[in-house]
Amino acid sequence: MNATEPIGSAPKLDLAAIRTKLNGVRGQDYWRSLEEIAETKEFRDMLHREFPAGASEWWDGLSRRNFLKMSAATMALAGLNACTKQPTREIYPYVKQPEGMVLGEPLYYATSMLLGGFATGVLAKSREGHPIKIDGNPEHPASLGGSSVWMQTSILNLYDPDRSQTVTHNGDISTWDLFLSDLNNLLAENRADRGQGMQFLTETVTSPTLAAQLNGLLKQFPAAKWRQYDPITRDNIRDGARLAFGQFVETHYEFDKASVILSLDSDFLYTHPQRLRYTRHFVDGRRISAGKKEMSRLYVVESTPTVTGTMADHRLPMESGAIENFARLLAQNIRVVPQSATVPLSPAANQFLNALVKDLRQHHSRSIVIAGEWQPPIVHALAHLLNDLLGNSGNTVFYTESAEANPVNQLQSLRELVGEMKAGQVKTLFILGGNPVYSAPADLEFGKYLANIPRSIHLGLDQDETAALCTWHIPQTHYLESWGDARAFDGTVSLMQPLIAPLYDGKAACELLGAMNHQQPIQSDYEIVRAYWQSQNPWPDFEVGWRQAIHDGFIAGTRAAAIQTRVKEGFDDLAQKPSRPGELEICFRPDPSLWDGQFANNGWLQECPKPANKLTWDNAVLISPSLAERLKLSVNDVVDVGFQGRTVRGPVWVMPGQAPNSITLHLGYGRTRVGRIGADVGFNAYQIRTSKFLWFGSGATIVATGKSHLLVATQTHFQLESPERQIYRSTSLAEFRAHSDTIQKSVEAPETAETLYYPAEYPYQGYKWGMSIDLTACVGCNACLVACEVENNIPVVGKEQVHKAREMHWLRVDTYYKGPLDNPQFNHAPVPCMQCEHAPCELVCPVEATVHDSEGLNAQIYQRCVGTRFCSNNCPYKVRRFNFLQYTDYHTPNFKPMNNPEVTVRWRGVMEKCTYCVQRIASARITAEKENRRIREGEVRTACQQACPAQAIVFGDLNTAGSKVAELKGQSLDYSMLGELNTRPRTTYLAKVTNPNLEIATQD
Amino acid sequence: METIQGSEPQLPDPGKPFPVTTLGYPAEMIGPKETYERVSNQITDEPLHHPHQKAWLIGFTIAVLMLLMFGVAVGYLLFKGVGIWGINIPVAWGFAIVNFVWWIGIGHAGTFISAILLLLMQKWRTTINRFTEAMTLFAVMCAGMFPLLHLGRPWIFYFIVPYPDTMALWPQFRSPLVWDLFAVSTYFTVSLIFWYIGVMPDLATVRDKAKTKWKQILYGIGSLGWRGSAVHWKHHQSAYLLLAGLATPLVLSVHSVVSFDFSVSQLPGWHSTIFPPYFVAGAIYSGFAMVLNLIIPIRRIYGFQNLITTRTLNNMACVTLATCWMVAYGYIMEAFMAWYSGDVFDKYMMHDRMFGPYGWVFWALMTLNVLIPQLLWSRWIRTHDIALWFVALSANVGMWVERFVIVVQSLHRDFLPRSWQMYYPTIWDWMTLFGSIGLFMTLLFLFIRYIPMISITESRELIAQRKEGRL
Repeated sequence: MNATEPIGSAPKLDLAAIRTKLNGVRGQDYWRSLEEIAETKEFRDMLHREFPAGASEWWDGLSRRNFLKMSAATMALAGLNACTKQPTREIYPYVKQPEGMVLGEPLYYATSMLLGGFATGVLAKSREGHPIKIDGNPEHPASLGGSSVWMQTSILNLYDPDRSQTVTHNGDISTWDLFLSDLNNLLAENRADRGQGMQFLTETVTSPTLAAQLNGLLKQFPAAKWRQYDPITRDNIRDGARLAFGQFVETHYEFDKASVILSLDSDFLYTHPQRLRYTRHFVDGRRISAGKKEMSRLYVVESTPTVTGTMADHRLPMESGAIENFARLLAQNIRVVPQSATVPLSPAANQFLNALVKDLRQHHSRSIVIAGEWQPPIVHALAHLLNDLLGNSGNTVFYTESAEANPVNQLQSLRELVGEMKAGQVKTLFILGGNPVYSAPADLEFGKYLANIPRSIHLGLDQDETAALCTWHIPQTHYLESWGDARAFDGTVSLMQPLIAPLYDGKAACELLGAMNHQQPIQSDYEIVRAYWQSQNPWPDFEVGWRQAIHDGFIAGTRAAAIQTRVKEGFDDLAQKPSRPGELEICFRPDPSLWDGQFANNGWLQECPKPANKLTWDNAVLISPSLAERLKLSVNDVVDVGFQGRTVRGPVWVMPGQAPNSITLHLGYGRTRVGRIGADVGFNAYQIRTSKFLWFGSGATIVATGKSHLLVATQTHFQLESPERQIYRSTSLAEFRAHSDTIQKSVEAPETAETLYYPAEYPYQGYKWGMSIDLTACVGCNACLVACEVENNIPVVGKEQVHKAREMHWLRVDTYYKGPLDNPQFNHAPVPCMQCEHAPCELVCPVEATVHDSEGLNAQIYQRCVGTRFCSNNCPYKVRRFNFLQYTDYHTPNFKPMNNPEVTVRWRGVMEKCTYCVQRIASARITAEKENRRIREGEVRTACQQACPAQAIVFGDLNTAGSKVAELKGQSLDYSMLGELNTRPRTTYLAKVTNPNLEIATQD
Repeated sequence: METIQGSEPQLPDPGKPFPVTTLGYPAEMIGPKETYERVSNQITDEPLHHPHQKAWLIGFTIAVLMLLMFGVAVGYLLFKGVGIWGINIPVAWGFAIVNFVWWIGIGHAGTFISAILLLLMQKWRTTINRFTEAMTLFAVMCAGMFPLLHLGRPWIFYFIVPYPDTMALWPQFRSPLVWDLFAVSTYFTVSLIFWYIGVMPDLATVRDKAKTKWKQILYGIGSLGWRGSAVHWKHHQSAYLLLAGLATPLVLSVHSVVSFDFSVSQLPGWHSTIFPPYFVAGAIYSGFAMVLNLIIPIRRIYGFQNLITTRTLNNMACVTLATCWMVAYGYIMEAFMAWYSGDVFDKYMMHDRMFGPYGWVFWALMTLNVLIPQLLWSRWIRTHDIALWFVALSANVGMWVERFVIVVQSLHRDFLPRSWQMYYPTIWDWMTLFGSIGLFMTLLFLFIRYIPMISITESRELIAQRKEGRL
């Protein structure tokens, strides 16, 4: 008999109950098995209640087996067994070994990841058919080999057991075929009235295939409409360009060529679609060596400390709303026009402005002015104007066509859609990706009207807030499961290819649209994408070109065409909004970890310390120290933030460097329908984000509630306590030019010749591994931190354990503040294990679980470790991490294929630490020995080094003549952290060099 | 008044309930009316007839309940892992190590009293040495458990033991934790043998006085066929003296080795050459305080004032005061060296110790360990058992707090401010601490119930010496 039949009759209650139960679980509990949840009494009781008929059968000898079968099937429905189920058609033994695959050897595939619609090329590492690691594609213009935190951790999204797993119809489990039959009826209906009332809502679309499909559908159904909305919308950039140039052109910057850079609230190193490329170029323009003693100077005017702001030579905290005034003043100063329609600046800001004006003038055609996505169009237009005036256009700033398929004002697009929904004119709504119920501006009440639409179809990775209100939900494929294409920010067409068959029968957006185009039989994503490109005829020999493009991950030569354009005069006459001084400003920003909320169920990201304040597992109401004093608020105080008649409740975090009258709320938290990790984490700032004030607005109120909510940061001390602690060394460019040896002389180094031992040192005649970390280059983006976690199977421990200072990050990014509380300088230092030659940890371990190898690695032997933790006590860098509890999840089947098989999965009670990615050294050694040669320079790259978009981390053999790392260690900026302890670290730092403008600096 | 203090002249002091010496100190080492028989009967009465059943039962019940709590705490610990405690990175050692050092320190008084004072021919030790040796054994047992329980994977603790395994892998002999293993296990072995050799003739006395069969058999086995012949006595005395000689260096070495757990590392607050002597003095200090804490109630409840005289209490109080000053010297030198070295990390550590988040613990330590024990300058306190008991308690708690300051405060803020974190003990930490006290008390109650808690033979020796005028 079919055991699932009786279940099919009442599956809704069952799933909902389990899901509610699972929703209540979060944090550390996530890593427990689903079985454990299933074995609880409540769960068993629930099974009995749900199936009273089945329960009574228990006593009937004949049908007891049926009952057991049913129970098992229920478990399967609860997601217990379905997790690793592979599609049957794919499972074959290797009668013929796949080409290129050697069991035990990884394979790499080029594909692309999308964020905010733009593609970044990645290289995905696959072991025995499952992807385990994502890194940047060095050939791809948007990556250049670097990674972002989202790229690195996207692997966990793929294997997330909480992902949407089945098609649902009105909340009931359904099938793709049932959906298709409903879709056919629907299309037939719509065909009659030319698609009247049919609408498509997508996020930003850059995919040529998808755009062609959508346009095809719009031709079939001329009355249908295509809307776009992305909560982190770039509307201001689009409108700013239209204002300045009369058309939407995409602006590209070449930071490596600039000498003076001004950011007006722009976080171009972290939130810009070109973040990785810009980080590389920006850092290239600042790197100092014996031969190069020039570097760019970065001015940042912003309301809340961002990654870019932490890199500034001069940072001016200013309310986002006041930046427009600042930009106007700047434009007027550059142009030497009498000041009008502006408000005078504070003396400090004025001094900043004057020095900046001078500096910009001095560096004609070698500067960049960039405005942030959050700033209104006028600021963008002013930035364009300034670039024009300063001669930057054509030198450091270039314009191209947009990579977007259909660049529209997305807010307007959504507003129109909601207007029609309200009027009852929308009969069918296709939501292709995104979660607008959660992320649309609160005043539009998207969710309310969505529920009234007769037919709504949601395609998404998760059974999220939007899925709950749609009639149909189709699980979407992860980018590692599907074929597709998209454009990078510069227009380069990037291809996506699957590394694994869809885990849960998901469908790609192009498959859904393909099904609507009435192509029978239904085409797969591969066929659709390939057919599209075949129709485009990009290569003389399609097969050759196509194979090459898939191999490369992108289609070469598809960059958007450059546009020569000039700023149109006259836009500046727009009436300026009256600024109301004294009012509290509220700013909304994408979260540095969760972005718009789509990564809420990713434990690695939840636990990733935010760059400026190291906060984990929460968002907070960021307020400035002066505001905190004024309102008598302190960290963890829960406040009601009121704005435009709406309020949201969240805990306060006092953020040094925050603009005095501005509070910042990060989006992406407070999800209500999400997996176990993201549930009940943080508060939902979208609740008070209205369409009028998408990014900032003044008139916010803060009311203390007297309650408290514990915020957890991985770092609680940001001051160096005493200047004598020469832990973080920095110098200014002028000082470095004058005395290049200051850094090394700042602390008395221990005498190496004086020793009781003979011979004094182990010679290290083979390989001698070492690492150099450039503090000038480190932007603090955390890519290295998460890359290390993915590479080394590092578990997530949960908020409670982080609060107890037990996070497992082998590599951390320390941040130290320097200078005044209201506007400190931020200093980032990635700290992996120093691999000391005189390692204090080694001699105190009673069981020789940590020993030195002949190449200078400080090895940790997990099998031998008994867990005395003496090594950690004696480690001055505190880079050792201990499994205080059973942190690694051994049971959830999904996580098994995610682990790197080359790295031991650690168990409770053992110490672990950075190993310089010894598994990578070992595999390089095997290759080298087979070829009877030494390991080549650059052949071993540690995970952190590979991920770093700034190339701040260099690893290699110190014995190889001319190796990069040896060269860097020879520089006069090189120093050992705590070298005075005579630990002789193999990981050394290049001191941070800043380039302050003496006109401002001397005034400080 | 009958003179019992052969060598020391006495002055009658009508204001005192006891005879005093010229210097005004209590004079008696043993009650004036004691005879061989009286002493034997009084001491053997406890194991054989147990006249103080009710008081004992109350105490024993409390102790066993605490022991059960220990069982729960350890059971959960083994089930979940050391993460149930408040430890973290950087404070990877917490209560377990604090308790370990504290217990092992307490043990030291026993060995000091039985071995060093024996060699120094301090006769006032005679009536308390049995008890303090037992205390040593139990304290070392409590102490010895903590290094095992604190391991991340206690089931493979034997990796620390040098045994010929198939991997030909030895422990790492440079690690002080390996030295600890040898120090503590040697200490326990020697203490056990020393104690047992001492208790053997007394077990024979109990055997001889026992009326029931089982007691005769069990005490008979315990006394290993002791017949009290002259040859027995001759061998017994030389063995006892030899063991005393063997135990004497252990008093100094064990806590020195324990202090190496800290001083070998390079952590500010740990890395200090003063640690070995300072730890030994601290150990004897806390040990004497613990002896006073235990012996004062027992002396009252069991009516042993005639054997454990005011003079004994006074002498112990004097040793406590002396060691208190040695410890205080250690504190002063630590602060001085931190300043004198000019080392930025050491200086900060000392500043943080006094004025940081754990500053109140430091000042509590100073009050409990240095200030309050100064009351011992007063003869009234030294000879007044209840007052003395409270001062001793202060020192005992103070020494625990001292270890907390050394272990936790030094760790919580070391070199990199990024790593600074607080340590908060959890309920499981406290349960383990008080549970271990439960284990200690349980063993102690069993000891006073079944073993002669004061040495019969040596008390009788005192009477003999008094008779001979050698006291």
